[in-house]
Amino acid sequence: MKKQNYKETNRKIQIAPFVAIFIFLVLGALGISLGEPTRVLQQATQICLSCIGIG
Amino acid sequence: MGIVRKWVQALVFLLTNGYWNFPVTKTIYQGPLKVVCSPGLNCYSCPAATTYCPLGALQQLLAGVRIAIESGQFFVGFYVIGTMGAIGSFAGRMVCGWACPFGLLQELLFKIPSPKFDVWRPLRYIKYALLVLMVVLLPLFAVDKYGLGVPWFCEFLCPAGTLEAGFPMLLIQPGLRANLGLIFLNKLFFLILFLVWAILASRPFCRTSCPLGAFYALFSRIKLLKLRLDPIKCTNCAACHDVCPMGVRFNESPDDMECISCFACSKVCTFNAISLEVGGVAITNQPTPCSDRLKTNPAS
Repeated sequence: MKKQNYKETNRKIQIAPFVAIFIFLVLGALGISLGEPTRVLQQATQICLSCIGIG
Repeated sequence: MGIVRKWVQALVFLLTNGYWNFPVTKTIYQGPLKVVCSPGLNCYSCPAATTYCPLGALQQLLAGVRIAIESGQFFVGFYVIGTMGAIGSFAGRMVCGWACPFGLLQELLFKIPSPKFDVWRPLRYIKYALLVLMVVLLPLFAVDKYGLGVPWFCEFLCPAGTLEAGFPMLLIQPGLRANLGLIFLNKLFFLILFLVWAILASRPFCRTSCPLGAFYALFSRIKLLKLRLDPIKCTNCAACHDVCPMGVRFNESPDDMECISCFACSKVCTFNAISLEVGGVAITNQPTPCSDRLKTNPAS
């Protein structure tokens, strides 16, 4: 039965990965629309000393 | 495939750490590329880092979410989680095997001749606890009187940050050495622990303590790129057990959350039972002399 199922699904395109990618891209786009990348850039261009154990 | 993977790892390392002018400028890269997400664990306070670390950015956003909302900015991590999720849905933990600088470092350390040990399998669950506690809950809820949290994982544990950012910053800005204290000693302890452990065991940090790997592992069943087992060709010879750097028994659990799709199992499978699939369709299922023989004479 296992082998038969494998044959049947061997060439079946899975939808779930595409749906997941789409959902997360929409979430990312929502973050962009809220201006989040600017905040991320602001954080990433500053040295967070406490974050790396100094200070 | 092993050579290709090494080249990809080296290329990603160079692309995500491409700012080599830091000995002159004495500071970190501050250009616009820092808005791009590093797929693997790569501290953005590293002077050479050209991209942001998703774990660090997420913790910082969650730690400051109250203040951001109070000031009318709804910065709750949609951009970072969206990027991490898109990467996870596309490749899952393949990122760990192909695009993580700290994973590459552990692989190189494991090549040092020494007695080798396995990692106790239940330790793998620690990373999920660290993801929930140190990356999400503590930065979000353990706040000071101003409502500001701290990035717990970065501050108290992350060995990649200590190695890639802590030491280089201490070298290029000697004045910072006066600020060293218990937190740095604590982080130094974890760094030494994982570096020594990486000599003795394969990828111990990835297997036990990496929250980013834990996040990507959540996509093990639905990621677009994944390794696939052909149960018709598999003879359960267990050759894949011995070579897996993550301790996965691929023939028993092909969707294992630990699989980093490094193709080590595929390389040793003489029956060609392991292939790469994209969205459910196998694309690297090349016939081998052995599998051809099986097709023509299944009894052999």
